[in-house]
Amino acid sequence: MMNDRAEHISKAFDEELRLLNNRLAEMGGMAEAQLAGAVEALCRSNAELAERVVVRDKEIDALDLEIDMFSVRLVALRQPVAADLRTIFAAIKISSDLERIGDLAKNIAGRTLAISRFPPLPTTVSIASMATVVQSMIKQVLDAWTARDTQSAADVCARDVEVDQHYASLFRELLTYMMEDPRNIGPCTHLLFVAKNLERVGDHTTNIAEQIGYVVLGTRPPDRQTHDPTNALVPEADSQ
Amino acid sequence: MTKLTARNVNVFYGDAHALKQVNLDIRQNEVTALIGPSGCGKSTFLRCLNRMNDLIEACRVEGNICLDGEDIYDPAVDLVYLRARIGMVFQKPNPFPKSVYDNVAYGPKIHGLASSRAEMDDIVTSSLERAGLFEEVKDRLGAPATGLSGGQQQRLCIARAIAVCPEIILMDEPCSALDPIATARIEALIDELKQNFTIVIVTHSMQQAARVSQRTAFFHLGDLVEVGDTDTVFTKPVDPRTESYISGHIG
Ligand SMILES: Nc1ncnc2c1ncn2[C@@H]1O[C@H](COP(=O)(O)OP(=O)(O)OP(=O)(O)O)[C@@H](O)[C@H]1O
Ligand SMILES: [Mg+2]
Repeated sequence: MMNDRAEHISKAFDEELRLLNNRLAEMGGMAEAQLAGAVEALCRSNAELAERVVVRDKEIDALDLEIDMFSVRLVALRQPVAADLRTIFAAIKISSDLERIGDLAKNIAGRTLAISRFPPLPTTVSIASMATVVQSMIKQVLDAWTARDTQSAADVCARDVEVDQHYASLFRELLTYMMEDPRNIGPCTHLLFVAKNLERVGDHTTNIAEQIGYVVLGTRPPDRQTHDPTNALVPEADSQ
Repeated sequence: MTKLTARNVNVFYGDAHALKQVNLDIRQNEVTALIGPSGCGKSTFLRCLNRMNDLIEACRVEGNICLDGEDIYDPAVDLVYLRARIGMVFQKPNPFPKSVYDNVAYGPKIHGLASSRAEMDDIVTSSLERAGLFEEVKDRLGAPATGLSGGQQQRLCIARAIAVCPEIILMDEPCSALDPIATARIEALIDELKQNFTIVIVTHSMQQAARVSQRTAFFHLGDLVEVGDTDTVFTKPVDPRTESYISGHIG
């Protein structure tokens, strides 16, 4: 894997690529922390923490913008090719996936207050365990990016199935609560959005994993099957 | 369709082995770019394609080069005719110390392509037009060509090359002495010319190779390391030496 590790004749370009990688790692760490904060705030009804997550999202947005501008500048000034070019384009895409993960974390945090007004539902435990899977995927994909580890990246893609299964089972669980007692519909709807957001975080994490494959191998994976496992559940629920 | 095929081409300058076992197909109506570090043999290879190396005493060419399936090194080949079919444009614009008109008319005259002054006028005008120069020089066709700007002189050399209706145009760093605007004009011209000609261009500008060519061949120390679609060579080259060179890596 000489590609982006090999030194350029231009030391300044090496320095710039290093900076790009560092900024991306920093952004990844922030997205990871934001999601952890959001889930914790939600599960513990911690309004203060939730508020902090919402405010800090601006920092991720700013980093995304910075990475975009920096990458555009690199393309214009260095006219990168081959692995350098793939790295820079991947960086732009990864940063926008991380930015979206930040938004989704913010969205989860934003529901904390609404949900804390209702008596707690046991679903919180399932949400927390789904979040654990998603968070460990993010961590793994960020490490895989740093190491340019395609094997680990492929593993992340495979784990997205787990997230989808969690989502489907949460969906079923929430449906039963709503059917049991219409007063549960309010909090359950919020929790459903939270679950959907986590499922989306899993998708963005998978996108990042695919970029790793692109940077290293220069190939794109075949189209992903992205079917929502809850689609099939809706008519079933109707029929009851 | 393949226009030129080079098979097992080896070139020696005295004892120095300048090109080693080169196999390359040049496709018709495409632009093929030859890239690689200085001294890797790009110009040597280009000169093999129209036997310009014959002019260099110490130079020995082995192997097989065919134009439309016919060996161009066959002793029966008429060199004047061969070079009419395969024209060349050099790094430094080299107009003859004659008028603009005479520069373009020179080739058609020696090949007897025009039977009257009017026919010659047509050839000169259309060649200058195709080279994108006519508008700029139409009022000074009788003026010395050496009075033109560098970019104009290079387009004049291209007009001179296409005046004899060659099938292939070889260009050795045709833009290296030109500013970005003149370069852009030549590149646009190359793009148009490929409809009627087959072009092989040597360039030190990776961006130029990427912009103008459909195929790129990378030479290194006399070896043809890699040849492929230009898109692929610049986004996902196969050989690490190609990657290193186009990315500006050390080593
Ligand atoms: N007339 C010559 N006599 C002896 N050696 C020569 C001659 N022309 C070229 N060579 C040698 O052959 C090798 C290839 O030279 P060539 O000119 O083909 O390289 P090139 O790729 O065109 O380089 P550049 O990018 O600098 O123009 C070099 O080592 C060069 O020194
Ligand atoms: Mg040369």
